[in-house]
Parts: sequence; C-alpha cells; structure tokens
Amino acid sequence: MTATTLLILRYELRNVLRGRWLVAYTVLLAGLAEALLRSGGSGRALLALVNLVLLVVPLVSVVFGALYLYASREFNELLLSQPVGRPALFRGLYLGVALPLAAAFVAGIGLPFLWHGVEEPAHVRTLALVVAVGVGLTAVFVALAFLVAVRVEDRARGLGVVMLLWLAFAVIYDGMVLAVVSAFAQWPLERPMLALMLMNPIDLARVLLLLELDLSAMLGYTGAVFRRFFGGTWGAPVAVLAMLAWVSLPLALAARAFRRKDF
Amino acid sequence: MIEIAGLAKRYGAVQVLADVSLSVRSGRITAIVGPNGSGKTTLLKILLGLVRPDAGTAAINGATVNGDWRYRSALGYGAQVARFPDNLTGREVLAMLGAVRGASDTDLALVAAFGLERYLDQRVHTLSTGMRQKLAVVTAFMFRAPLIILDEPTAGLDPVASGVLKARLRATRDEGRTVVFTSHVMAEVEELADDVAVLMDGGLRYAGPVDALRHQTGVATLEQAVAELMRA
Repeated sequence: MTATTLLILRYELRNVLRGRWLVAYTVLLAGLAEALLRSGGSGRALLALVNLVLLVVPLVSVVFGALYLYASREFNELLLSQPVGRPALFRGLYLGVALPLAAAFVAGIGLPFLWHGVEEPAHVRTLALVVAVGVGLTAVFVALAFLVAVRVEDRARGLGVVMLLWLAFAVIYDGMVLAVVSAFAQWPLERPMLALMLMNPIDLARVLLLLELDLSAMLGYTGAVFRRFFGGTWGAPVAVLAMLAWVSLPLALAARAFRRKDF
Repeated sequence: MIEIAGLAKRYGAVQVLADVSLSVRSGRITAIVGPNGSGKTTLLKILLGLVRPDAGTAAINGATVNGDWRYRSALGYGAQVARFPDNLTGREVLAMLGAVRGASDTDLALVAAFGLERYLDQRVHTLSTGMRQKLAVVTAFMFRAPLIILDEPTAGLDPVASGVLKARLRATRDEGRTVVFTSHVMAEVEELADDVAVLMDGGLRYAGPVDALRHQTGVATLEQAVAELMRA
C-alpha cells in the first residue's frame, strides 16, 4: 500500500467515523446482541446471531458502501486533480468504508458478549467464527457496492441495483436453488449444486457457520448439500477461498472501472 | 504551456467536444467562454485527467495527459461545484491536500483575504455555498502551481471576494504563471483575460487575444463580439 493510500485512508476514516450512520449501526447490533443474551444465554444468542449476520450485515454494507461512494464524487474530483493516482484513491476509499463498518460490527456484537461472558468455552470459538464471517461479508458487500456505484452513474438507480443484489443473494437465491432441485430431481445434482453454492457469498457464509454449529439441516437446502459434499475436512478451506474470491473479483472489476471512468 | 490537438469527447448521444485544437500560452490569463453545455468544463476536466477524450491529445508542459498523475503537481485546480468530505473541517481539508502533495510550505494568504479563517474549524457541510467556493479557490492557489485552472471561479462569490480573486489572478500572471478559467460573464473576461477561447457546440470558434477578437468582429465590447461569433 502506498503512502498516499494510507494518507487518504486516514482522512476517510475521520470523515466516516464522525457520521451518524456508523454509530447507529453499532448501537443496533449491540442492542440486538444484548437482548438475545439476556433472553436466552450465549448458546441461543449465537444461533440467532447467525441469521442476523447473514441478513443485516450484507444489507448495511452494500447500502452504506454505495451511498458513501456516491457522496464522495466531488471529493474524488478534488483529490484526482491533485498528483494522486486513481488506484491509490480507490484503495483508500474501499478501506475507508470497509474497515470502519467491520469495526462497528465487531464492536456491536463483541461488547455485549464481553460484558456477559459465555456459558461454555466452546462458544468463544463460535463467536469468533460469527465475527470473522461477519467481517468477511462486510468486505464482500462493500466490494459489490463499489462495483455497482462505480459503474452506475445515477445514484437512485445504483441504490436500486444494490438492494436487488442483496435481495437476490439473501432471499431469492435459495428459492431458486430449491426450484432447480425439484425440477431436476431425477438427475445427479452434486456438481451443479456445488457451483451454485459458490456463486452466493451469503450461502458460503451460512455454510461456514453451519459447519461450525453442526446444524447443517437447519438453514437452507444449499447448506445441507454443501456439508454432505465436504464433510468437515474440505468445507471450511474451500468456503474461505471462495469468500476471498468474492472480495477480490468484484473489487478488481470495480478498480478497473474506476481507473477508466470519467469524473 | 498547454497544447490541445484534435480533442473529441462524446457523452451518449451528445458530442460535447468535436476536434478542438488550442494552444494556451504561458504567463497569460486565458478565459474559456461559451454558452452552457458548450464543453468548457469537459475541456478543463480533460486537462486534469478527470475525463478521458475519445480522440486527440492534451499536453501540459510537454507531458501528454495519459493517465500518469505526476504532471498534476504543476497544477492548481478550483472546481465549479465545490464539495468536500462533509464531516471534515476546512482546516483538515487543507491539511489533507497539503499532505497528499507533500508540500510543507503552502500559500494560505487567500484564507485571510477571504475572511475564511474563523470558518476553518467548522465541518465543511455547515458552510454556505459561497464559503465552500472560497475554500476551493484557496486550494487552487495554495501550492503556488505554475498553472492555475479555475472552473467558473466567481460564480458563487460576493463582490468583495470576487475582487480579491481577480487581483490574485492578475498577480499570478504578473509572476509569470499561467491561468486558465471558464466564465460566462463577459465583462469579467474582458476585465481579466489576455486571451480568450470561444467554444460553441463543442467546436472552437475563436482563440486568441481579446483585443483581436473585438477588432475582428468590429464591435465595442467582448459580449457583442462573442454574440457576433455565435450568430455567424
């Protein structure tokens, strides 16, 4: 990372951290985690948090990421009229959004658990995984938001696209997978199913968490198939690699579009 | 100082610039004028590397604008719509730009001249449009760049600030530096500019000294002269 990126990042962080959005996000997560811990203890709270992480984190990341990039247009113009390269600015912008969002998530989920403690030592490991997956999803969905916001000029349309993306990954996808499965019930679906799973970062995150919680049958058909394929040995590494691809691929495409864009 | 050759740019169906060639001489004030949508801002943005032309080249001090960013250290720019990160203060914006440029010695004389000092610790989004415009002008001059580029610099300024800016532009020219600005206030162009470039519908209608344009069209004021060009 160049010195310029770090410098831009420093001021970006300052700008983002002073906004109300981030505080609201932290308070919301902390409130939910606190309520869950009070009503059911750490075991049940973690289970409920899995669903929360899979839905709320992608939504907030994708919307905040897009809003932020649209709001920084004129600022980008100002910085790009200085002796600053576009890749350096792009890296600064991405980290300036993804890092504080991830930190807000970690603080929001982590602080209530730190306060109340856990019932069983094993829950610490699970909590760490929930936090890691949430951070991963933040990185993925900020990257997707940047890809959309760089390519779609119109802010309203861009926000529409990112909401649709979220809806597709979080809700519609599993329905489609089920439809495919029932339509092709006569066929061996193992390989296509695997491909389908890798194509949805939220499903990937779900698989990671379910492998840990040993609850593969509970959330979605895709998770169950994934477990059957990979058992305990290969599931995690493959899912982690796929998750990394889900960050780097949209980010590389967005960076390329950012380099070629007219401001 | 600036050599533009065969520049063309199209946004969708609109041909914003079509085969524009222009030389800007150093040590002079050059105004780019023309009606709204005539391509003035696009031309400046191509010089800044913010917009990529479909065809043609622009070179500043012999360096072709082609994606490398280093040439911009010779350049100070003030945008037309001055927006900064909302939650930073004016002072932080200036500090950030100073750090990005690696400049330890910045020229902030305009801060005092604009009466901006007592607003510098406010977050930028609480400043009025005029105050933000002043801040943008400050950022254009603060690095003593050999080339100053301003897009509609007086549009949001009160008469006092506008006078301060004009004096500063002349002083900059008298130091041997180069100024390029856009405007559609012809009286202001007449008052300030040595050279003028008239853009219309993406094409260059005239480029040269202000006096020569008046002489060529045979009218008394620049406003009339430009109107003559537009009718032709």
